[in-house]
Amino acid sequence: MTVTEERPTGEVGRARLRKEDARLITGQTNWTDNISVPGLLHLALLRSPSAHAKITSIDVEAAKARPGVIAVFTGKDFAEEQGSIPCAWTVTPDMVNPGHPSLAVDEVKHAGEAVAVVVARDKSAAQDALEHIDVDYDTLPVVLDMEAAVADGADKVHANTEGNRSYSFVFESGAAGTGGSTDEAFNDAEVVVSRRFIQQRLIPAFMEPRSTVVQPVGEGFTMWTATQIPHILRVMLSLTLGIPEHKMRVIAPDVGGGFGGKLQVTPEEFICALVSRRLGKPVKYTESRSESLMTAHHGRDQIQYIDIAAKRDGTVTGLKVRLLADMGAYLRLLTPVVPVIGAFVFPAIYKFPAYRFQCDGVFTNKAPTDAYRGAGRPEATFGIERIMDELAAELDMDPMELRRKNWITHEEFPFTTVVGMVYDSGNYEAATDKALQMMGWDALRAEQKQRRQSNDPVQLGLGISTFTEMCGLAPSRVVGSLGAAAGGWEQASVRMLPTGMVEVVTGASPHGQGHVTSFSQIVADQLGVPFEHVGVVHGDTSSSHKGLDTYGSRSLVVGGIALVKAAEKVVEKAKRVAAHLLEASEDDLDFKDGSFSVRGTPDSKLSIQEIAFATFSGHNLPDGMEPSLDSDATFDPENFSFPHGTHLCATEVDTETGSVRIRKYVCVDDIGEVINPMIVEGQVHGGLAQGIAQALYEEAVYDEDGNLTTGSFVDYLVPSALDLPYFDTDRTTTAATSNPLGVKGVGEAGTIASTPAVVNAVLDAVRHKGVTDILMPMTPERVWRAIHESSDGGERAAEGSIAYSATSDAEESAL
Amino acid sequence: MTRIEMTVDGVSYDDDVEPRLLLVHYLRERLGKVGTVVGCDTSNCGACTVLVDGKSAKSCTVLAVQADGSEVTTIEGLSTGGALHPVQQAFHENHALQCGFCTPGMIMAVVDLLAENSSPSVEEIKHGIEGNLCRCTGYQNIIKAVQAAASGQAASVGGAQ
Repeated sequence: MTVTEERPTGEVGRARLRKEDARLITGQTNWTDNISVPGLLHLALLRSPSAHAKITSIDVEAAKARPGVIAVFTGKDFAEEQGSIPCAWTVTPDMVNPGHPSLAVDEVKHAGEAVAVVVARDKSAAQDALEHIDVDYDTLPVVLDMEAAVADGADKVHANTEGNRSYSFVFESGAAGTGGSTDEAFNDAEVVVSRRFIQQRLIPAFMEPRSTVVQPVGEGFTMWTATQIPHILRVMLSLTLGIPEHKMRVIAPDVGGGFGGKLQVTPEEFICALVSRRLGKPVKYTESRSESLMTAHHGRDQIQYIDIAAKRDGTVTGLKVRLLADMGAYLRLLTPVVPVIGAFVFPAIYKFPAYRFQCDGVFTNKAPTDAYRGAGRPEATFGIERIMDELAAELDMDPMELRRKNWITHEEFPFTTVVGMVYDSGNYEAATDKALQMMGWDALRAEQKQRRQSNDPVQLGLGISTFTEMCGLAPSRVVGSLGAAAGGWEQASVRMLPTGMVEVVTGASPHGQGHVTSFSQIVADQLGVPFEHVGVVHGDTSSSHKGLDTYGSRSLVVGGIALVKAAEKVVEKAKRVAAHLLEASEDDLDFKDGSFSVRGTPDSKLSIQEIAFATFSGHNLPDGMEPSLDSDATFDPENFSFPHGTHLCATEVDTETGSVRIRKYVCVDDIGEVINPMIVEGQVHGGLAQGIAQALYEEAVYDEDGNLTTGSFVDYLVPSALDLPYFDTDRTTTAATSNPLGVKGVGEAGTIASTPAVVNAVLDAVRHKGVTDILMPMTPERVWRAIHESSDGGERAAEGSIAYSATSDAEESAL
Repeated sequence: MTRIEMTVDGVSYDDDVEPRLLLVHYLRERLGKVGTVVGCDTSNCGACTVLVDGKSAKSCTVLAVQADGSEVTTIEGLSTGGALHPVQQAFHENHALQCGFCTPGMIMAVVDLLAENSSPSVEEIKHGIEGNLCRCTGYQNIIKAVQAAASGQAASVGGAQ
């Protein structure tokens, strides 16, 4: 039973305006960099200019003598106590983790790695002193190319490892018993299509630069930090630095975006804690944008070798995936597992009878990679949706017809995939039919044909992405079996305050997703109290004491269900009090619209808010009952959730300039039941922007020496309003069967689905010119080269960026 | 040190500042106007946008001494008499913000845009906010909010209150 069934006019499903906005639109915000405490000292970090070098000497004396400087520390000063940045996922038993110092001690492994920290009375004094630190480096060979890195005799990133492979994760359906033998499937195949795709390196580029303040408090510490994961961070600080967990308080105040980029335990956070502990003083570090782009973890960066086997009629018979996944120089919190998540996503919505997946994690002298919006799922979705189009081209078959022929039909749910995932629900036909209709697909196809025939310099292309993802991270038993250090549950508390107001505590702290609003809606319905009477507490380990934080589209699907469970317990307790006060049996009570009434005598009723006060007073409670309605719940899901959708993109490609314009973008997402459609649409928009940006604009580029050449927003092209199309969005609803709200999660859908839709559209526009692939981002230069030089557009010039605007083709072609 | 006088959000200040001090740091660190934020240091993102004598300016690209004698309005001085400015109201009603970090600068840029062009087209809006980056919204709801503010409507999304 859910309350939505009882109260169809309730809060759930309404486009409630956000409670969060009031302070955000008036500047009454509490970003970490706003925080100051008496005696605060400021840190500046000296960062390595070299991607791989031995540190032969560091002289900090001149810096120490600078005005306002309190102390200067190097890695040697903390070598005994800094430990390693933790990696919380061992994807194979023999995974190699070379360790990750917060401050480099003997060697640097990527440009931007911190080698010294200046502590000064103000930020300018700290930054000024950096240039007075003298470091001698002996440079070592730089490892950048993954294919070269795994070849015999390659130079190594880490001297103490056998090679540059961290791990090799393999799944094979025949061996696992979840499907047939992949080798047999390929031996018997009528058609095999093989491709090598590149998932370029991206940067999450949250708008709020990372910032950390640490204050000693008695025997312990309080840390304010721009993080998605205050709870995990506290555990890791305690385990690594030996600060007793109960003396470490972590607060995530207002956090300005994350997208996975703040799902991390960072060297900078550790350095702040180490310096504060050493000096016994409060300290602050706030990064510059360049530091952020250079050293906050990156995302994606895979080489994908994909083979698909099929019958001539288009029925797919096997899939083989081999990934080289760039770890960067070190393993951070979830670095190794991100590409491995792809193992469970590559088969997507299709009924492959046989499947093999191999992922090799590879070290290079670049910033570590880790979660970025979608984390493993966008990469896999790109790979499968691209190879389906390539197969369709090979078979001379309509790409949508090929998908229809192979996808799981709505009658077939629940469906166990070739990798053993149980998809609980979905309706790919419904989402696709709606999307095609919204798109005006047939008319666009007709226009495309006409442009082909007239040899129009501007060609039209149509791209498809029929995707699914796995959300609601995660069932603890499942992730435990895959090598995770922690589980995937979430915690919630519901407190009934004496005045009838409700305080909700959640372990999932938001950074833009609007949890305060949507969680209020859920609890308002569960308890039958006004939306305005619900407050949400989060993001401080002393008040929301338990949680596993926010990532992986999990807050609603796991955290929201914990709220429902806690609220149900409150109602159960209140029912006991109500029965006592109404002098009735609990069995004779109904709970509706926030009130208990005695069945048959509707006038005899008490609201849960009245019961809250009666419980607070404690004057007249059932014998043996403690005077509290407050309840906790910790919810551990039994399965993932599987949002899906159909994304369609029409692009106009100017074959003379290589310029790409998105003419129309339509998406129909099925994310199950919806708590707040306004927030959902906002999540989809933002996700689309990031997925489209991967296709057209963004790439973290390193030069041959391992310097990041896209180290500012001048060069790393986060799209502006001019760069993005109008998003035509809609939904179909197939409720998840795995949780009482029927929800599936929406935070990553747009990003996961959109990139291949755009790329498939561009290729569809120029495939008749012999183009079968164009590297991302599909800049005008690359598109032009692909058309005119029959190539994939080629690597981006390492020394330059392609500050590209859809409206400045002339400038672009001059580059 | 250089002596400067400035009116910020209706209050007069005079201070001695280092010539290299940026306006945004003067606002944040000396005046406590932390509603205005720093996003990129290279004047690409616009998170630090304020009004200087009524014109939008990226305060990370202006020295405090350059704003000597000016009247500066930040996001904190935009609402009057407890009422939200129409652009603030429109951002709220159209879900034009998520994490909110770019929002102060975005709102100030829009205030300037609408002062120059009271009924901008979608293309004009896109050009008007091109210098302000948002990583959360994909801009669609921001554009909607600008249109709503321009037409003076309190048009809200999906019939919400």
